[in-house]
Amino acid sequence: MQSLGIDVLFKGTNMLRLLQGLWVSVAISLISVAFSIVLGFIVGVLMTSENKIIKAILRVYLEIVRIMPQMVLLFIVYFGTTRVFGWNLSAEVSAIIVFIFWGTAEMGDLVRGSLKSIPVIQYESAKALGLNNFQVYFHIIVPQTIRRLIPLSINLITRMVKTTSLVMMIGIVEVLKVAQQIIEANRKASPNAAFGVFLVVFILYFLICWPVSRLAKILEKRWA
Amino acid sequence: MKNNWLKKLLATVATVALAGSFLVGCDSAGGSTDNTSGVKYRTLDEIKASGKINIGVFSDKSPFGYVDENGKYAGYDVYFAEKIGEDLGVEINYVSTEAANRIEYLQTGKVDIILANFTVTPERAEEVDFALPYMNVALGVVSPSDAVITSLDEIGADDEVIVISGTTAETYLTKNYPNIKLQKYDAYAQAKTAFENRNGVAWANDNTEVIAFAIENEGYTVGIPSLGDQDTIAPAVTKGNETLLKWLNDEIVAIGADNFFHADYEATLLDTYGSDYEDELVVESGIVK
Repeated sequence: MQSLGIDVLFKGTNMLRLLQGLWVSVAISLISVAFSIVLGFIVGVLMTSENKIIKAILRVYLEIVRIMPQMVLLFIVYFGTTRVFGWNLSAEVSAIIVFIFWGTAEMGDLVRGSLKSIPVIQYESAKALGLNNFQVYFHIIVPQTIRRLIPLSINLITRMVKTTSLVMMIGIVEVLKVAQQIIEANRKASPNAAFGVFLVVFILYFLICWPVSRLAKILEKRWA
Repeated sequence: MKNNWLKKLLATVATVALAGSFLVGCDSAGGSTDNTSGVKYRTLDEIKASGKINIGVFSDKSPFGYVDENGKYAGYDVYFAEKIGEDLGVEINYVSTEAANRIEYLQTGKVDIILANFTVTPERAEEVDFALPYMNVALGVVSPSDAVITSLDEIGADDEVIVISGTTAETYLTKNYPNIKLQKYDAYAQAKTAFENRNGVAWANDNTEVIAFAIENEGYTVGIPSLGDQDTIAPAVTKGNETLLKWLNDEIVAIGADNFFHADYEATLLDTYGSDYEDELVVESGIVK
């Protein structure tokens, strides 16, 4: 194990710090994902609306999220709001705002796509069976939408977890930053630590993302 | 269909315009609100009253600013920061900064002082106020020993040189050698890993950095130990923060009388550079010899 440099993780409180860093990443993504799913549903339904103004606004919103790198959004929310409005948002709050802003737009677009992909005949047949509007959605449309949504949203969720590594740019010490700190602090004693430490970080990310994707598989099967 | 295309085009144009104006808005606001808004920086008295000072340091740049195995900040910059906290009689809140966001942190008042190996340049001096220097620095270029680069002319058209975004090495090479392809990384650790994996033929950085790197890692040679002008490293405060700047300058002069920075060097840098570089690197009382 010496050559891998994993031993540096057992020095002092290094491993504990790495796990604390992981918790920071997970906490930011959990909160953001939860809000994004709820808000994304609302935005997604609004996106299917026929109202031109709503459509245009949401279109602009989605394009902003797509065009802007997340790093730019982080800088705008963390530093920009202080410059322009004098707000002093904490780095964590800024990060969560950015991730919700991003997640909601992408989730909304996924919801819109899933809703649109349900054939019109499903609505018409349901109506023909005498179901009212609420029943049509509750029993026919929403279950099918959710089933189509799961693989797509898992993709988004794991992407959000991984993108939390950017928050180090606004001073949040998350798992990847801790890894870099550990590697640097030990660069004399164990110059090869980079491989071992990044390997552990890889496993940690995997342990977070894999259960999510397993859960999705199970749900998909159960609801198929 | 035609209508649909038009809509899309319009939406895109509107988006770009909006995004653009937002960015420009941020930019122009930064230049003009420095002296009108009170949130921008905290004066010396405000810092003392709050009992806490926010100091931006590197957390992954050993031996200048790093975090040791017990999670405590350490290094040459941090040793000085500790002294500042002690003499001001306040607690220190360390903020982990990256090379690329140091100025931003000061301009938004999110830290009071940057002590992150900050090289003094005329461009930066327009954005922030530098106190007296406490270290000398020049640029250096390190390359693998089996393919040492001793002059920038040796770099081929397809070769890439590794730099860290926002450092003086990046600015210097972009300005003076626009033909050299640069490979830019945001964090120090990323650049180091990339260099070790031979993603670039050489790594340009502060010479202290590359000398330390070559001493610690076998198989690397500093082919160009001194490039460009001799620069200095100094603490920086938000532009216009006169009270804090004056206090810092007085402090640097005062502790220089006791050779504080030599003690700092011996406590933090001696292991890395040996005693040969001590007088060359250390600046006492802000007097560059």
